[in-house]
Amino acid sequence: MEVNKIQDVEELRKISSNIRRNILRSLAASGSGHTGGSLGLADVFTCLYFSVMNHNPQNPQWEDRDRLILSIGHVAPVLYSTLAQAGYFPEGELLTLRKLGSRLQGHPGRDHGLPGIELSAGSLGQGLSVATGMALAAKYDKKNHRIFCVMGDGELQEGSVWEAAMSASHYRLDNLCVIVDRNKLQIDGSTSDVMEIEPLADKWQSFGWKVIACNGNDHEELLSSFSENKKSSGRPVVIIANTLMGKGVKAIEDNYRWHGKAPSKEEAEQFIAALE
Amino acid sequence: MYFENRGNRATKAGFGQGILEAGKLHPELMVLGADITASVGLDLFAREFPDRFFSLGIAEQNCAGVAAGLALSGKIPIFSTYCVFAALRSADQIRVSLCYNNLHVIIGGAHAGLSVGPDGATHQALEDIAIMRALPKMTVLSPCDATQATLLTKMAVKDCKGPVYIRFGREAVPDFIPENIETTVGKGQLIKDGKDISIIATGHMVWEALQAAKMLEMKGVKPRVINMHTIKPLDKEIIIHAARETKKIVTVEEHQAFGGFGSAVAEVVAQHCPVKMKIIGVQDTFGESGQPDELMEKYGLNAESIFKEAMLLMNDSQ
Repeated sequence: MEVNKIQDVEELRKISSNIRRNILRSLAASGSGHTGGSLGLADVFTCLYFSVMNHNPQNPQWEDRDRLILSIGHVAPVLYSTLAQAGYFPEGELLTLRKLGSRLQGHPGRDHGLPGIELSAGSLGQGLSVATGMALAAKYDKKNHRIFCVMGDGELQEGSVWEAAMSASHYRLDNLCVIVDRNKLQIDGSTSDVMEIEPLADKWQSFGWKVIACNGNDHEELLSSFSENKKSSGRPVVIIANTLMGKGVKAIEDNYRWHGKAPSKEEAEQFIAALE
Repeated sequence: MYFENRGNRATKAGFGQGILEAGKLHPELMVLGADITASVGLDLFAREFPDRFFSLGIAEQNCAGVAAGLALSGKIPIFSTYCVFAALRSADQIRVSLCYNNLHVIIGGAHAGLSVGPDGATHQALEDIAIMRALPKMTVLSPCDATQATLLTKMAVKDCKGPVYIRFGREAVPDFIPENIETTVGKGQLIKDGKDISIIATGHMVWEALQAAKMLEMKGVKPRVINMHTIKPLDKEIIIHAARETKKIVTVEEHQAFGGFGSAVAEVVAQHCPVKMKIIGVQDTFGESGQPDELMEKYGLNAESIFKEAMLLMNDSQ
């Protein structure tokens, strides 16, 4: 039923590179969108969809699939490029991003019919509650699939996140795994200037979560974090993935101005040529 | 012919009974509580089906999101708390996680309107209809009594597809609607026919409208009374008929007079058959502490007020 899982890190790196290329192409074609966070998460998404999650692009509604909730809907380009890479829909469709009538909405929208989209989301602070509901249902139904929820670090400033965090540990949802994209940047600047979220690991721990921190741009570290996550019993897990916004394109790495900006066609060509 | 009051019952009790009965028929029904479980009528279900009841604490936004996750996993979740928290605190979660995803979740809005009484303005929901009816995909229900609350709750589970908001009150109010009267989501009920003026009411204001109709008849006026238990989708046909045939319309709701039920009726009337209207509701103000009947009188929401407004409209010759 499910896709073959890749453990070879070299191969995963190549996939991440291709996902980054497609992120840049689709953003250049749309003329707007979120470049920095999308590039920064390419390695996390590669590991999830090509090595960690049980899923089947030929049967997106497979009942026992692992679910991915993208709470930060604005990094839709990394989700779309990953789904295309995995075979959920043709790569060419990536060039319709954000265009009228496209299945690739600016923030994911289930109603628009793109296979592989679990939730219409993008208003920050909501995804973890939905993921918690899914994990609760899976427990109730005695199912073994897992729920992954990708969140932003700036997003953790939303109070509703902590309501959800409290409830997931209350119900001992060890089938739930959050990945925090810890790139330390948000629209107005660095998270520590806008609103400090540290000590982050302590916060999650005190809410009853098992905390794993890793380099979110290192496939090896990510894979070992995800396998450690599987061993958790009785507690939900958060992986604090330390990433670089814009990772892979030196010219824009770690620059908050690239949070919500798309490259021009010329810039995209240069960035693609310079991809690591 | 007028309906008899079979005895006062709170519409929240009807809602609780409806959940219990629906729970027996639908094993996929799950109930989420936000601390005030008994106060909003969820305790019957929680006692009968403890494994399908989840306490989520005083965290309404999370409640709405968890409901979305359950619905995406094939469950039919119901969460209920006071209207002010259910509809307002979690409005963004309802909009995006529930409505935009078009998920079959039932939101129970308890303690609707001024009749909450002594708790005062913070807990008197007068804006929820306006907010909920503006959301795409949302169905908005407002039963007239406890019997209808039970029926509509069961229908919300069985017949509705997307998100449903059902509004009910705390106070015991007359239970009068006959159980055998035809009830369909989206269809208003003509409960008293007349040709001179139409009173279209929602929630327990329907009983007050019937009492006002009696007073009008003593003055020789023949009023029509319509129970609009579904605010969205709104039964346009019954409104257009009322406008054409009676030429005058009074609406009544325990809610702000702006943006709510009366506005919804006015949207139909203005576009299809413009006639004189009076929208009875709270006039852009907060409520206050007091006994329910005192408040209903002060804010013009009892039978006497409806009668007076209807007479003014009858005598309005312009």
